[in-house]
Amino acid sequence: MAIADLLPEVSARFPEITERESLDWLAINVPASILVAVMTYLRDEQGFDLLTDISGVDWDKDTPRFSSVYHLLSTGKHTYLRVVTDCEGDDESPRVPSLVSVWPAANWHEREAFDMFGIRFEGHPDLRRILMWDDYPYFPLRKEFPLAGIETELPDPEVAEETGVGVKAAPMAGGPFVAPQESHMSRREPRARDESWNEGREKPQHQ
Amino acid sequence: MANDYAFPDVAGRAAQATQDLETEKMSISMGPSHPSTHGVLRLQLELDGETVVKCDPVVGYLHRGDEKIAENMTYNQFVPYTDRLDYLAPLANNVAYALAVEKLAKLELPPRCQAIRMLVCELARISSHLLGVGVYAMDTGAMTVFLYTFEDREKLYALFEELTGARFTTSYARIGGMSRDMPDGWMGRVLKVCDEVLPKLELVEKLLTRNKIFQDRTDGVGVISKEDAIAYGLSGPNLRATGVDFDLRKQIPYLGYENFEFDVPVGTKGDCFDRYTVRLEEIRQSVRLVHQIIDKMPDGPWYAEDARRIFAPRKDKVLTGMEELIQNFMLVTEGPQMPAGEVYFEAENPKGALGFYIVSKGGGVPYRLKIRSPSFTSLNILPKAGVGCLVADLSAILGSLDFVMGECDR
Repeated sequence: MAIADLLPEVSARFPEITERESLDWLAINVPASILVAVMTYLRDEQGFDLLTDISGVDWDKDTPRFSSVYHLLSTGKHTYLRVVTDCEGDDESPRVPSLVSVWPAANWHEREAFDMFGIRFEGHPDLRRILMWDDYPYFPLRKEFPLAGIETELPDPEVAEETGVGVKAAPMAGGPFVAPQESHMSRREPRARDESWNEGREKPQHQ
Repeated sequence: MANDYAFPDVAGRAAQATQDLETEKMSISMGPSHPSTHGVLRLQLELDGETVVKCDPVVGYLHRGDEKIAENMTYNQFVPYTDRLDYLAPLANNVAYALAVEKLAKLELPPRCQAIRMLVCELARISSHLLGVGVYAMDTGAMTVFLYTFEDREKLYALFEELTGARFTTSYARIGGMSRDMPDGWMGRVLKVCDEVLPKLELVEKLLTRNKIFQDRTDGVGVISKEDAIAYGLSGPNLRATGVDFDLRKQIPYLGYENFEFDVPVGTKGDCFDRYTVRLEEIRQSVRLVHQIIDKMPDGPWYAEDARRIFAPRKDKVLTGMEELIQNFMLVTEGPQMPAGEVYFEAENPKGALGFYIVSKGGGVPYRLKIRSPSFTSLNILPKAGVGCLVADLSAILGSLDFVMGECDR
């Protein structure tokens, strides 16, 4: 069946689904409570057999703050589908059901979304950090985490003491130079993102 | 797995009797600094003798925070970062990223620009597969193949240097076009190099394909079934080696691939040997494509001339004309202005499907840029495919999956 019939069929089966604005492929908003059921339906009955990507998004000022975005690919129909689920829970500990039981491909992608955003995937067999080390205290892709990083302790304190290596904020004074998009034209010159420190003035300590 | 032989001699029977002895499993780390893990990959292995019982890849040693950086860069400023994703085929990454952003801007590219991008993507594919096959063969012990394929890669690097200015980190694509047009006579040199690649492939085949040692090491090793490949989200040659006929260039064409004739090699068993033959054949098909693209190369502009707020005007006009000066100033300081919205675009890169998910709230800087990396997805299958084999088989499996840690960790 053509992609144009997809939305009416899916809406008929799951009335809580709404269409989402998208510039290219069809995109739908799915509430977290029916996520696994919808995904199983899409995989088995609509032919979206390949889960190609899971990303987290931090909307910062909106509520709910985090969403989990899934991109499904149908190898038969040659089309993609974007599924966006808003995370339940509060701003500090968002959670969403895990899709590992539907596609094993979700395993590492969900681990990465957990690592970068702190989104807990309920039902994941092995939810631990994947790109950062296991005890890393922050979630780097959240909007409040600064680009230059936060000074942290390395996982092995003996090695750190011996070698003198540490995790310090990146040396580029103030971060990359980007033109801010808002306010007056005179303020839109490229300037350091974080103007609290530069070569002359030290970076104020993080709590 | 334990041997099922019945030994006629005493030593053999004694060895077999020790099968019932209590043994301990050994937990060992393969990597991150290891010659056959292809970059900084660490495998936490649990071994029962020589057999791998559990394989847990630990990635992230090359994590550089590209996605965080992208939220602070204008769209053109991010192009050098895409070079460093799959650093073995940087031109393909550049083009994939530019295509994703142009999808956001709903920009139509002139035919010459599309043809140059296609040409450059296929050359990147040849370069990446030559390395993939060469390093894979070297991991299984065939050092000569590595030297043969790298000789041809050197010639390709000379071509890239002539075209873009850099052998390696090319940063060739811009949003709305390329950084420069092809130099005179470059296409002739490309054809010459491609014609020299084909006899080299014959040599590689002579050394590997019917070689008993190579076959013993790769045939039936690391088998991935069709259903597993789709369930684990594999793409590119890894997926096609299992028997799934899916190539983004054919099924969801972009850049004009639908106008050219090429075959897509599909494997049967999904083992390491199939992944090798699929990659080798893809090089031949890429050469075929390169010939066709050069034959039909259109004339005309190599950038989107009417994209005022996106592509910088020519330098001589900038230095003499007021409007172009202002346009250039805005583009350099504020970056190409993109509309608000979300797009997702996947390109058929040599390692698989490289996808970019861009959330834009308008302006010159993306709100969220997610890079869907094929190498990350390929490594996801390793806890399943790398279990039950010998430690030496792991080198063959890792080589055959052809992943790059720069792309995996971003």
